[in-house]
Amino acid sequence: MSTNPPATASVSFSARLDQVSKLFGSFAALRQVSVDFEPGRCYVVLGENGAGKSTLLRILAGLLRPSFGTALVFGGLDPHEARARVGYMSHAPMLYDELTAEENLRYFASLYPGRSCLAPADALRRVGLDPDLKRILSQYSQGMRQRTSLARVLLSEPELLLLDEPFSNMDVESARQMVELLATFRQSARTIVLTTHQRELAAPLADWVLTLHAGRIASFEHGHAGL
Amino acid sequence: MTRALWIHLAKDLRIEWRSREAVNSMLFFALLVVVLFSLAFDPRDAFSREIAGGVLCVATMFASVSALNQAWAREIRHQVLDAQRMAPASGAELFLAKVLANFFFVSIVQVLLAPVFLVFYNLHIEGAGWQLLLVLPLGTWALVANGTFFAALSIRSRNRELLLPLILFPIFIPALLAMVLSTKAILTGDSDPTLWIKLLVGYDIIFTTASLLLFDVVLHAE
Repeated sequence: MSTNPPATASVSFSARLDQVSKLFGSFAALRQVSVDFEPGRCYVVLGENGAGKSTLLRILAGLLRPSFGTALVFGGLDPHEARARVGYMSHAPMLYDELTAEENLRYFASLYPGRSCLAPADALRRVGLDPDLKRILSQYSQGMRQRTSLARVLLSEPELLLLDEPFSNMDVESARQMVELLATFRQSARTIVLTTHQRELAAPLADWVLTLHAGRIASFEHGHAGL
Repeated sequence: MTRALWIHLAKDLRIEWRSREAVNSMLFFALLVVVLFSLAFDPRDAFSREIAGGVLCVATMFASVSALNQAWAREIRHQVLDAQRMAPASGAELFLAKVLANFFFVSIVQVLLAPVFLVFYNLHIEGAGWQLLLVLPLGTWALVANGTFFAALSIRSRNRELLLPLILFPIFIPALLAMVLSTKAILTGDSDPTLWIKLLVGYDIIFTTASLLLFDVVLHAE
C-alpha cells in the first residue's frame, strides 16, 4: 500500500490536484491533497461519509474553488474554464422533475453549442432506458432517475467523467450494467473518477483506488483493472 | 445569444405549463389583496381612482415574490443549477430567459386581474388609458428583472423566502413610486405621467444592464 500518489510529473494528465485544501468556514473538507489523474484511467475514490470525496469531485468539476493549492485539468486549464469538457454526476439527478427524460436531455444537449453531442434517444438507450417513455421524471423510480442522470452526463461525451456515488439506489444488475458501460467509456482514453461505498462493484473498473480519511489521502493503490 | 435564450425560455414555459405553480399562487394572492383593499376602502367615490394604482402595484409586487422564489427553487431542486453551471452557455441568457418567463407570468396575472379590478373599484379612466399599456409592462419589468436577480442572489440562503423581499422592496421603491404615481395620473387625468414613464424606462435600462453584467458572478458563487 502506498500513501503517495504516483509520480507522474512528466506524464500528461487529465486533471491534477496540487496541495489542494478546501475549507468551509473552519471545517477542512480537504487537506493538502495532491494527485494526478491520467487519461484513460479509472480512479475509484473511497472513504467514509464526510471524508471529502464529493468535495474533491466538485473541485475537479469547477463547481468549487480550492481554498489553497491548485486544481488544473486538461494540461493547465482552470477547471472552471474547462467545465464543458467535464461530465459531473452528483447524488441528485440534476434534472427537472416536470420534464420527460428525453426533454431533459434535449435541453441539456442544446446548452453545448458547437460540441458534438449524442442524440438524447441514443444516450437513453445506452443506459438501458426506453427513449419512447413519455412519463415525466417525477414518475420515475430512483434507479431510473440515476440512469437518466448518467445519460445526461454522457450526452456531451466528456473527456473527464466525475461520478459521485453512481451505484446508489440501483439494483445489483443495473449497477453491473453501469460498470460495463463505464468500462467501454474508459477504453476511449477518457478518464473516470468515481466515488462509492460499494468497492466490490467498482473493482473491475478501478485502475487506482484512492482512499480519503478526514480530508487527507489515506492510501493510493493499484486497483484490479490496473494490475 | 438568441438561440440559447429561447431554449431556456421554452423550458421555463413548459415547466410552468405543467406545474402552474407560479401563476396559480400569484393569482390567488393578488386577488385576495385586491378584494381585501376593496373592503377596507369605499370603492365608490373618486378616492378609489386615487388609490387604485397603488393597490394594483402592491398586489402585483407581493404576489410576484412567490413566483420569483419558485423560479430559482426549481433550479436548486435536484442540483440542476450545477448542471447549468457546468454547461458552456452564458449565464446572461439563463437570467434573461428567467426574467422573460417571470414577466410573462406576472403579465398573465395582471391581465386576469384587470377586469376584477375595474369592477371592484368602479374605475373610469379619466386620462389617456393607452399609457397604462406602457406603465404596467415597464413597472412589471423593473420588478421581475430586479426580483429575478436578487432571488438568484439569495437562493443559497436558508431564509431565502424572507430575504428576497427584504432586499428587493427597498431597491424597487423608485420604480414603485413611478408606477403608482403614473397610474394615478392616468386614472385621474389630473397630471401628465410622462416624467414618471421616463423614470421607469431609465430604471429598467440601468438595473437590467447591471443585473446582466453581474449575473455570471452570482451564478458561479460558491
